[in-house]
Amino acid sequence: MPVLEIKNLHAKVAGTDKLILKGVDLVMEKGQIHAIMGKNGSGKSTLCQVIAGRETYEVTEGDIIFNGQSILEMSPEERAREGVFLAFQYPVEIPGVSTSYFLKAAVNSIRKHRGEPELDAVQFIKLVKEKQKMLGIQESFMNRAVNEGFSGGEKKRNEVFQLAVINPLLGLLDETDSGLDIDALKVVAEGINKLHEQDAERSWLVVTHYQRLLNYIVPDVVHVMIDGRIVKTGDKALALELEEKGYDWVERESLAGV
Amino acid sequence: MTQLADITGDRMTTPEPSWFEIVRDNARQQHQKVGLPTGKEEQWRFTQIGPVLRTSFSLAGDSDPQELATQNTFGNQALVELVFVNGRFVPELSKTNHTIRGLTVGTLVEASANGHESLIRAHLGKYASIDRHPFACLNTAHLTDGAYVHIARSTTVSAPIHLLFVTVGEEQPVACHPRVLVVCEDQVQATLVESYVGAGSRYLTNTVTEMICGNDCTIDHCKLQQESEDGFHTAVMQVEIGQQTQFVSHAISIGAKISRNDLGVKLAGRGAYATLNGLVLIQGQQHCDNHTLLDHAAPDCPSHELYKHVLMDRASAVFKGQIHVHQVAQKTNAKQSSKSLLLSDQASMNSMPALEIYADDVKCTHGSTTGPIEEDLIFYLRSRGVGLEAARHLLTYAFAADITRRIRVEPVRRRVEDYMAAQHGLPQDLRINDLGAFDDDVIR
Repeated sequence: MPVLEIKNLHAKVAGTDKLILKGVDLVMEKGQIHAIMGKNGSGKSTLCQVIAGRETYEVTEGDIIFNGQSILEMSPEERAREGVFLAFQYPVEIPGVSTSYFLKAAVNSIRKHRGEPELDAVQFIKLVKEKQKMLGIQESFMNRAVNEGFSGGEKKRNEVFQLAVINPLLGLLDETDSGLDIDALKVVAEGINKLHEQDAERSWLVVTHYQRLLNYIVPDVVHVMIDGRIVKTGDKALALELEEKGYDWVERESLAGV
Repeated sequence: MTQLADITGDRMTTPEPSWFEIVRDNARQQHQKVGLPTGKEEQWRFTQIGPVLRTSFSLAGDSDPQELATQNTFGNQALVELVFVNGRFVPELSKTNHTIRGLTVGTLVEASANGHESLIRAHLGKYASIDRHPFACLNTAHLTDGAYVHIARSTTVSAPIHLLFVTVGEEQPVACHPRVLVVCEDQVQATLVESYVGAGSRYLTNTVTEMICGNDCTIDHCKLQQESEDGFHTAVMQVEIGQQTQFVSHAISIGAKISRNDLGVKLAGRGAYATLNGLVLIQGQQHCDNHTLLDHAAPDCPSHELYKHVLMDRASAVFKGQIHVHQVAQKTNAKQSSKSLLLSDQASMNSMPALEIYADDVKCTHGSTTGPIEEDLIFYLRSRGVGLEAARHLLTYAFAADITRRIRVEPVRRRVEDYMAAQHGLPQDLRINDLGAFDDDVIR
């Protein structure tokens, strides 16, 4: 059974006629890494947000089957509790709320949903320390307000750290590489690779504009998205081809109906 | 309301200074001439003062609100604690013993009898203008006693001085008029907290605080207003600070049906630095109006102001932030910001900056935002599995925590944080104890 199956997905900006996704089809098997590449405005970030349940978008046609069930009618928090995790392109800052409190609330709401006992403070700290050690993250992180005053790199690392603690079935990485210098990019990619090695069941959907992230995170499948549709699918060689030749040739191919 | 209560002075154990009568008389004459605002004046345009004006108050009598006083005491966290009930000092509930040389804390009348009369006479009523502030005038017309704090040169007072004012309503509406005078000489470090609590039916607490600080002082002031839901609260606080003095104010408004604060700070010496932070947390049909004035009367003075409002139900609030830069006040650097969270469609906010600048080399900025919780923030939390309601509560807490975490007076910070946590059904382990993220630059 695929972990994620997207069928003819159409979505628009809620309350408008602005259609952004115009029939997306995608199938991901468990444990796979898929990359979606495309120019700005092609709809790849929207796809991530729609999968995560953002209500600023309205699905007008098609379906999203996650882990065997349609999630279209689910709220964002229900999807998260079922195992969808979105690592944001622009993580928000929440002054006044510590990362520690925030993450504990998240973990426990998910455990409750799964019928597992909630973690107490000691168990939670143990979990956090284990993940921090694995990702090489400083402990002071936890006592700081969520993302407040963090650099771009710190915010993205915090997203990966949150993912590690929450332990989802599917990680959606929305332009995780944007705004990172090469060193920060490496650190973030290493974290994702460690998580991938550690749990072969988890799947990843990596959305990116540039090929450079894919030097560090090697995808099983690469999709190209143009104007709200996936127009080409291939293996990692496709990413290199895009890097070399740009997107125009795919666009021409797709218009020519190849 | 407009009638003045008789001041008999028969309750006094120590006779009041003879000149109190002159101060009262002046205020009575001014009050009879001008009266209270009708609500049509520019300064009162957005405050529904009507219910206060229509109520006929008599002067509050004695009461024994032991429980309220004990609930709100700072205990060991205060160095000195003066408790006033319905405007009268209650020694049995107060803690006055301390060993700090240079610190005098007591009542105006007692201190006058013990060598401070000329100082008190020099300062009392000199800052809170009875011409500018009709409620300060009403307060002054009822002057009998009040709290007095004097801190001599080079004195450091490490623990907070707490002034707790308890008002207890009676069957008929009552009014009380607390009065505070604080005089700090040069190089003083101190923390002063004023708390206002109340119980019972309709009453008015009409308070005046005057604070004068010399040069090179570091003064932290907190005001925590938690009047009862039927109470009215009007307050005038006027502060004057000297060269290089740092003054930080945190004004928290939680209670009262209608409240109005007029907070004025005069930066009177070169390099004086004022920070005014405010937090308004109101619900139901509560109304809260904050008028602040930063009076830049000397060069090289920075001022920072951040007022945040959390408005639920049909609550309404006003923020008017006046910045007056005198011609001599070159290199003024004033930043003002007002941010409001509207948690219901019926809540309303009026935010008005008012800048008057007469110097040419200054930097003044102001900004104001009003709206519901940002959708981006809610979605972020929900995407982590936190439910919609919980996310809203958490973000409301976070919005206010931006102010509370800057409060350096632990018992005040804890009270406000606990209040918010309880209001939003959040656990108390939410608070960030580590102030590592504390950012002195209040405006982002």
